[in-house]
Amino acid sequence: MSTFRRDIEATIPALRRYARALTRDADLADDLVQDTLVRALRSEHLFHGGDLRVWMYTILANLNRNRLRALARRPTMMPIDDGDAAEGAPEGARDIERALATLVDEQRHALLLVVLEGLSYREVAEIQGVPIGTVMSRLARARSQIKTFLEGGRPALRRVK
Amino acid sequence: MTDHDKPVTDEELHAYVDGVVPDDRQEAVATFLAANPDAATLVAAWRAQADAIRARYGAVADEPVPARLQLDRIIAGDILATRRGSRPFRIAAAAVVLLAFAGGAGAGWTLRGAPDHAPSGFDQMTAQALDAYRLYVVEVRHPVEVPGAEAAHLRQWLSKRVGYELRIPDLSALGLKLVGGRLLPGPTGSAAAFYMYENAAGERYTVYCAKAGDGETALRFKTGEQYAAVTWVDDNIGYVVSGPSDRDKLEKVAKNIYDQVDKGAEKKG
Repeated sequence: MSTFRRDIEATIPALRRYARALTRDADLADDLVQDTLVRALRSEHLFHGGDLRVWMYTILANLNRNRLRALARRPTMMPIDDGDAAEGAPEGARDIERALATLVDEQRHALLLVVLEGLSYREVAEIQGVPIGTVMSRLARARSQIKTFLEGGRPALRRVK
Repeated sequence: MTDHDKPVTDEELHAYVDGVVPDDRQEAVATFLAANPDAATLVAAWRAQADAIRARYGAVADEPVPARLQLDRIIAGDILATRRGSRPFRIAAAAVVLLAFAGGAGAGWTLRGAPDHAPSGFDQMTAQALDAYRLYVVEVRHPVEVPGAEAAHLRQWLSKRVGYELRIPDLSALGLKLVGGRLLPGPTGSAAAFYMYENAAGERYTVYCAKAGDGETALRFKTGEQYAAVTWVDDNIGYVVSGPSDRDKLEKVAKNIYDQVDKGAEKKG
């Protein structure tokens, strides 16, 4: 197997993790990863060095955006409960899933790339094709939105001042 | 004003949560948080979010990668998908080029003095075989009913159902492993045996065989855009060997199968 393919192979576990958190649906996530791998393998000639991981996340993010656009055009009914509900998971796990679901897409990407995938702000800026300042504001909005959601969604645990 | 004295920004609070505050600002941020409980609460909440996200999804990266995401399979599948892409298989199949089998042939391989026309129903059988190929070759989890590990049982069972003594060739010399087999509808309401081989690159070849009625034919090579087949009738049994449309490879596989089946028939007779 070529170095390129081996390097791509090494990104699969992280791509699956990222896609799972993005879509919160195990099958959909693996579909997305599969499409990403196909696209990457076909586009080997387009990869001119640089960080392969960043390149892979970029492909995945673009494919996901296309997928969401296609979904938006199609008036299908989406299940309210996602297919990969955290079975038997503590309430907190369900909460974070729901909270992520409320985010605007690019905010969710920014937050997950930083928090889950451990990428730098600069790398996220490269993936999203925006200045670092924009990444920072997406991150800030995502965190603020999640905080609001979690506090509003769990009145029983709301801090009493 | 030195770096230490600059006011702490919101960006820095995020950087603090993400562990990327530069060394020369660590102390300033820590001091700021100690003096501002509201900011400290906010930072704690953000950190809790990050922990929750990692707790929920972090382990996905430790799961075994499912078969369909293995690169060998994706590469093999992509070749098929690309070739399948532009138009439906049936149209391509209808436009197959029918070629007489010539060149590079050993004794008994070409022109066995057989009639050049196929027995009636044989074209239909070829179409069925190619349909089966197309259907099952992309199947990752359940391509067969009986796995190749149970080859003896597979042979026994299928022989009984198709009504003649079946041979399942060993193609390990070509790097092909028997995946297994299944029973399928045959050409005229009868039963057909279908078995599948796979190489290390995930390329799959299938053999579809059933009683074909009459006589025997020369080997023919049929090719569509995405798949190809070599077909023949021998000893009243029709064979369709299907695979990726790499003619050289497919011919090699078919010839090997033909030789093994033929040898078996001689032994029997």
